[in-house]
Amino acid sequence: MSHPSTYRPGTAFERWIDRRLPIIRFTDDFMNFPTPKNLNYWWTFGAILVVCLVIQIITGVVLAMHYTPHEDYAFASVEHIMRDVNYGDIIRYTHANGAAMFFLAVYIHMFRGLYYGSYKEPREMNWILGVIIFLLMMATAFMGYVLPWGQMSFWAATVITNFFTAFPIIGEPIKTLLLGGPAVDNATLNRFYSLHYLLPFAIAGVVVLHIWAFHTSGNNNPTGVEVKDVKKDTVPFHPYYTVKDGFAIAVFMLLFAAFVFFNPNGMGHPDNYIPANPQVTPAHIVPEWYFLPFYAILRAITFNIGPITSKLGGVIAMFGSIAVLFLLPWLDTSRVRSMRYRPVARLWFVLFVIACVWLGYLGGKPAEGIYVVQAQIATAYYFAFFLIILPLLGLFEKPTAQPKSIADSVLKRDKAPVAAVAQAAE
Amino acid sequence: MTVKASFRMLASAGAALFCALGAAEAAGGKTLEYKHNHWHFKGPFGTYDKEAMQRGFQVYKTVCASCHSVEQLAFRNLGEKGGPFHLAACPAGVPESTDCSKPSENPVVKAIAAEYEVTDGPDDTGDMFKRPGLPSDKIPGPYANEQQARAANGGAFPPNLALIMKARHHGPDYVYSLLTGYETPPDTVALGPTQHYNPYFAGDMSQLLKPEYLNEEGHPVEGVEIPPGGVLAMKAPLSDGIVDYADESVPETVDQYAKDVVEFLTWASEPKMEARKSLGVVSMGYLLVLTLILFFSYRTIWSRVDH
Amino acid sequence: MGASNTMHEAEPTRRDFIHILATTTAVVGAAGVAVPLIHQMNPDASVLALSTKEVDLSALEVGQAIKVMWQGKPVFIRRRTGEEIKESEETPLSALKDPKARNANLAANADAEDEHRVLKPEYIVVVGVCTHLGCVPLGTSQGEVRGDFGGWFCPCHGSHYDNSGRIRKGPAPENLAVPKYQFVTDTMIRIG
Repeated sequence: MSHPSTYRPGTAFERWIDRRLPIIRFTDDFMNFPTPKNLNYWWTFGAILVVCLVIQIITGVVLAMHYTPHEDYAFASVEHIMRDVNYGDIIRYTHANGAAMFFLAVYIHMFRGLYYGSYKEPREMNWILGVIIFLLMMATAFMGYVLPWGQMSFWAATVITNFFTAFPIIGEPIKTLLLGGPAVDNATLNRFYSLHYLLPFAIAGVVVLHIWAFHTSGNNNPTGVEVKDVKKDTVPFHPYYTVKDGFAIAVFMLLFAAFVFFNPNGMGHPDNYIPANPQVTPAHIVPEWYFLPFYAILRAITFNIGPITSKLGGVIAMFGSIAVLFLLPWLDTSRVRSMRYRPVARLWFVLFVIACVWLGYLGGKPAEGIYVVQAQIATAYYFAFFLIILPLLGLFEKPTAQPKSIADSVLKRDKAPVAAVAQAAE
Repeated sequence: MTVKASFRMLASAGAALFCALGAAEAAGGKTLEYKHNHWHFKGPFGTYDKEAMQRGFQVYKTVCASCHSVEQLAFRNLGEKGGPFHLAACPAGVPESTDCSKPSENPVVKAIAAEYEVTDGPDDTGDMFKRPGLPSDKIPGPYANEQQARAANGGAFPPNLALIMKARHHGPDYVYSLLTGYETPPDTVALGPTQHYNPYFAGDMSQLLKPEYLNEEGHPVEGVEIPPGGVLAMKAPLSDGIVDYADESVPETVDQYAKDVVEFLTWASEPKMEARKSLGVVSMGYLLVLTLILFFSYRTIWSRVDH
Repeated sequence: MGASNTMHEAEPTRRDFIHILATTTAVVGAAGVAVPLIHQMNPDASVLALSTKEVDLSALEVGQAIKVMWQGKPVFIRRRTGEEIKESEETPLSALKDPKARNANLAANADAEDEHRVLKPEYIVVVGVCTHLGCVPLGTSQGEVRGDFGGWFCPCHGSHYDNSGRIRKGPAPENLAVPKYQFVTDTMIRIG
């Protein structure tokens, strides 16, 4: 929660700095930030994500020292990194698998936000900043995947930029503007390289805002009950959560290292080891796994709705699936934050997670037969969850009683509340 | 803690699931399930068999190099640590000052390179010229470019082999199965002179059924079995005895040639694999220790607080 | 700062051994990660492959010189005539602008006697970069100006080098550098 700074400069040097630029003050305030003492492991993914971003930036800057962003040399330069550059293979695999780990962590982080109501008042801004970060991540990952200039790089770029032709009148000019030509070519590659280098720093900036936002409102916690008494409900971020996040990061790194060192191509697609060929389309164009749910939603719209073609409908549905996230704080009418105390909402949420995973599975299948029907059902549920279920649930559900405070919830050991009265979220 | 652990398992299972599913799908048409060999370079402690790699290079040079390039390989790669012709110490007869562990001074690598002619230049009159290869040169392929390759092979393009193991699902098993899997096609299909049947090559054999097995709509008649696999422009490249191995104890069979060339080409696709895996063992060991220490540090700090 | 509210007296600032161990282990890991990230900037395998160059001198005739590229720089190799050798050997050190050998194969304080500039008197091998401001001196190819001392001449600011590659006249401060090289066979040298 926003509170006056508790920092007192100890030395003359500290006083000199503090009067001119309060960076030591910021660090001290950050380290001492009163954090709810009941945060569980789902809360460690924020720190994990920061580590992922730093890893991607460092390995990315290093790769940029050896990569050539020209269509005649890009593929060869990546192989040069893999074969000739000292530790080049490790650095490249870290960057490629790092993107996948980044998305794994961000999806868990987002599901946590959904379940515990972290998007609800007063944290709407935090949630919106998070969705912006997610969008920036998707743009960055998409452009980064084009850079090796393999078959999947090229054809993913072709397919994604073709989305824009779904829009009448303005579609083609926008596509030409993005590509720098009539088709994906060297101009596209060069500008994707430039933007791929730029966007991660935009992400870093929005992450700063994101952290500032939840330091203003205070962290959410598994009970959804706000901090009432700083002494009883919170602990300083350092050392309690620095060490817990450190432990969680180490476990995450174990999984990361297992992929990088022992199965570095497991999450990738073999076709990307074939140089891009504009004349030969791969048998199945598939994006990386973290884009599969959106790919499934895109291909689920197989029918026209009045003047809206199925192609345009698919594009709208795909962008809509992220746009709806921006509206979430206002769609959910529940006055209870955490689904721990919303048993019915919890069931719908579990179905939602299953729908998302199922959409991911369907995105990797050909858009034929039974797969299309299943994708339509899962897409319908995805939108229904946000647009119908969450708004209605808040009006009709009977939440169980929440604890009176965070301190109460941990003292009792089990999660049952003290009072029988359900408390409205503060 | 256990929730986290189970989520870890879910995540990796999920990833594995996606990969496996992708594999079955990208196989294209229905092929026979690939023959499964026990490759000792697989697994967290996998290594390459140097002699097998050397024989594999010989098979490549003798049989495959007339049509297939190994584009990303330079002669010096053959002499690098982990490669087929790496020398830790100089053999007899080499000048004293030579450091044979350096690929540019490795006599075997130099000799292999010198067998090839490479284009260099332009010279002082502006012309390109040919000279014997050096370790620093890329291994020349049989064709100047893709168009020339297609023209020489009836429109088909013999793919670059230096990345083939990573460019195909289950690369080693696939290449091994393909090379040892050629069969005479069943009587139900009719093939042209440039079409060679292989049950491990993705394709659609229903297109090649003889007319008597098709109904009026051109679909296969009831009960006709469509053979698995497809046709490719490459005829069976290996036959017993086609490559003369110096080591008498190694059989000169199609099966052995296939295994050896897979060993060599797997190294060609991933020359740093052994170093990567050893570094991986060290890294994961370190991370395990770090995780344990951090866990106890975490418990110590949190023991002071009710949570 | 307002954390301990429980039964225990202990403050989080007490440095338990486990925390020192954790921090140290993490720092060791960070160092381990830093090594490859820095080492990747060192010359890669393709650059190292070109760090030495073998030159076949069997076709080089007496009185002829060639220029080869090595590590991005030109290297002059001249097969000197008997007269050129005699002249170089008989030049007194006092006549030289730069008395040091500048030979990577010898100690830094060796003097610029001709025998300290060559491995075999018949061949002079020098890096063809003028020690003044880095131009490539003339004198290697047929018909090029060789300057007042019959060796090399730098057209940029008029430095004259003799047939031992030593600066004799002009603004260049040092003799042309002799690179590390050796005779692999009687007619083959390896530079670098």
